[in-house]
Amino acid sequence: MSIRLITALIASIPFAASAQSQLNLTQGVTEISQRVYDLHMTIFYICCVIGIIVFGVMFVSMIVHRKSKGHKPATFHENVKVEILWTVIPFLILVGMAIPATKTLFAMEDASEAEVTVLVTGSQWKWHYKYFEHDVEFFSLLATRQDQINNRLDKGENYLLEVDRPLVIPTDTKVRFLVTSDDVIHSWWVPDFAVKKDANPGFINEAWTKVDEPGIYRGQCAELCGKDHGFMPVVVIAKEPAEYQAWISEQEAIAKQAAEEEQRLLSMSMSKDELMELGERVYLGSCAACHQPSGEGIPGVFPSLKGTEMVLNDQAGHINIVVNGKAGTAMQAFSNQLSLRELAAVITYERNAWGNDTGDLIQAADVNEFLNQ
Amino acid sequence: MSTVAGEMDHNDHHHHAPSGITRWFFTTNHKDIGSMYLWFSFIMFLVGGSMAMVIRAELFQPGLQLVEPHFFNQMTTVHGLIMVFGAVMPAFTGLANWMVPMMIGAPDMALPRMNNWSFWILPFAFAILLASLFMEGGGPAFGWTFYAPLSTTYSSDSTALFVFSVHIMGISSIMGAINVIVTIMNMRAPGMTYMKMPLFVWTWFITAFLLIAVMPVLAGAVTMVLTDKYFGTSFFDAAGGGDPVLFQHIFWFFGHPEVYIMILPSFGIISAIIPAFSRKRLFGYSSMVYATAAIAGLSFIVWAHHMFTTGMPVAAEIFFMYATMLISVPTGVKVFNWVATMWRGSISFETPMLFALAFVILFTIGGFSGLMLAITPVDFQYHDTYFVVAHFHYVLVTGAIFSIMAAAYYWLPKWTGHMYNETLAKWHFWTSLISVNVLFFPMHFAGLAGMPRRIPDYSLQFADINQIVSIGGFAFGLSQLIFLAVVIKCVRGGEKASAKPWEGAEGLEWTVPSPAPYHTFETPPEVK
Repeated sequence: MSIRLITALIASIPFAASAQSQLNLTQGVTEISQRVYDLHMTIFYICCVIGIIVFGVMFVSMIVHRKSKGHKPATFHENVKVEILWTVIPFLILVGMAIPATKTLFAMEDASEAEVTVLVTGSQWKWHYKYFEHDVEFFSLLATRQDQINNRLDKGENYLLEVDRPLVIPTDTKVRFLVTSDDVIHSWWVPDFAVKKDANPGFINEAWTKVDEPGIYRGQCAELCGKDHGFMPVVVIAKEPAEYQAWISEQEAIAKQAAEEEQRLLSMSMSKDELMELGERVYLGSCAACHQPSGEGIPGVFPSLKGTEMVLNDQAGHINIVVNGKAGTAMQAFSNQLSLRELAAVITYERNAWGNDTGDLIQAADVNEFLNQ
Repeated sequence: MSTVAGEMDHNDHHHHAPSGITRWFFTTNHKDIGSMYLWFSFIMFLVGGSMAMVIRAELFQPGLQLVEPHFFNQMTTVHGLIMVFGAVMPAFTGLANWMVPMMIGAPDMALPRMNNWSFWILPFAFAILLASLFMEGGGPAFGWTFYAPLSTTYSSDSTALFVFSVHIMGISSIMGAINVIVTIMNMRAPGMTYMKMPLFVWTWFITAFLLIAVMPVLAGAVTMVLTDKYFGTSFFDAAGGGDPVLFQHIFWFFGHPEVYIMILPSFGIISAIIPAFSRKRLFGYSSMVYATAAIAGLSFIVWAHHMFTTGMPVAAEIFFMYATMLISVPTGVKVFNWVATMWRGSISFETPMLFALAFVILFTIGGFSGLMLAITPVDFQYHDTYFVVAHFHYVLVTGAIFSIMAAAYYWLPKWTGHMYNETLAKWHFWTSLISVNVLFFPMHFAGLAGMPRRIPDYSLQFADINQIVSIGGFAFGLSQLIFLAVVIKCVRGGEKASAKPWEGAEGLEWTVPSPAPYHTFETPPEVK
């Protein structure tokens, strides 16, 4: 049994070495991340030196002082001076480590005088970004297709580390992140910035970064947050300040237009085919993670939508729970994540898919009545 | 350190003892209870280990192949709970039951009927926990740390069973700890002063106080989870005036002393084995005792180093960083003392010694990564990654579990009256040693490169590392079956063991015959 495994193991070693896998902490792209990396390496080297000395003495003893070589045991068994020595020396080494660590820590925790502030809100299982200085906010969802995760399609280069709408921040600018959560605890982490901050529901944490180089930086949620914890990546694009300004103005314009479009839609009706088509797309993107593509949910955790009382008979209740969520459960209020059109479509879809066949058509205007209730 | 006056008489093998299965249900004998604890622990080790195999099989390749993420989370959660509360802690309690009375010259544990209870409620606790996996909605899926509100508002109804089973485990541990303390304080043989006790007794004595101090805190935490979920309280819910971070403070106030509960008895075991096979007295006995006490004391003021990313004030981060770094001083003293014990000894390499030596080196590596994790600014990068997973598996598997293996080999001749098969045991050691490092060492790299823990699927850059880790995992799992074979063979037969099969071994347990008679030290020995 073990020979087979060892062969397999040895066979996999050159494979590992040849692949360009990163094996150490990133140096990152900020002054702080560089200092963190330096600190990491310093302490790593100190540990290596201590290890070589201690294990060295041990191995010498194992080789030289063995019974099979006829070594006779000595009888010494205590020495107060030595004990004091190997208490004091490690203590001094620790003091040496603590000084740079403390300095770096103070630098990291100083989020004052930030020029841009972004509110980062985690929820199961996506991130929401809201710019304080501009009227721009959006959700950022995993963009990797389910077929890749289920091995029906080849996996892309940024498998599980790609989102539909990345956060955009300016370079050479101190950007402050206010981090919070809508449901369970998440943790917003971008290794290249050396920023990892827990998103606690009901409380706001603060972190900051100042990125030197434009680029795309990827991270993940770091705190177990339920079923799809492994599927809520963070992607941040750092742009030159001028480009960033152009981007944010464009986003503001798009947001304004969308709001006007929403109002216009209130007086329009969509056909069943239109609603069902859009509804399926929205359902798979926003609902299927819990209620499953089959609508059957996960018994005991996420309720089924197939042939259930609310979907078949309680239209008002159905619209209300989708729009306003259900307090104390994982069911979120989707009114701030989806447009009226999308809400109408997805509710229509749920009421007519999987053999539900109620025939109900929900329009944007129907949904609007339930907003802010 | 101790010599015995007076010979044992052992004509008392079978009086009043029920036979068959009732012997085990009703026994109040410390050796029977010790054996049951050890077998229970080994069964749990295999159960928890098979869950780890599920985890490693799913992580063998990127993509989801075998299990759904929700089930994956149940596996990581229950694996952790079983290994901590079902494998490591009962193994130490089993060793304490067998060895503490024999080491201090006592006839049995002080409270034998409570001893029976503290064992027999354990199988029920784990039956409840395992049964919850088959509930609608699955078992606990919030990690063994069960952070609120994932474990309250957002958990399935198996949480109630989880809470109940943790309560039973806690009661069992507290009863076991009370028994150890009462036994050690009251039943030492004449002449066995505190500073003459073997270090295994000392470390367990201190561990028992830790258990009594923190298990009620865990009970409080699970109770608050229960009332938050079912009875409308808001301890951990900001909407009702609570705080989810409060949960973490309470949990880790239990959790950090808990990790020392799982390592201090190991220090005692290693402090018995290294001198025995170096044929030289333990170096710095009293500093070993003081270092153990210092570690236990410090363990109460370092808990928040598990929570640096929760958004603490800088002053708190600094305090917990410094306090945590300080722990490496007494821990270092222990390692230096073990090395000094070996120095100029007359060393031989029987299996217990091999495991003990592997313990010293690999536990120290776990200590190094622990020191790195203590440094707050870099902890922000390491936190909740595979670097942490590598760290605590080095201290718990190559630390605690290796020491338990070492103890089992060391005392098997005393327990069974037979020598174990040394060739097979060495196979067990070498396959375990190699596979455990293939399993856990590359995890450091995965973590540094940015792989979060507790994820069922990962991006492509981690594919090679995870494949190697999984191969190591399967090999380590299979290697433990060799251990099972060695133990079964040893119980059933083998070369007769003398009262003291190890040339350099010290202590009262080696003055009684092998196998140890059903009752030992009915007349206390005198220790000079």
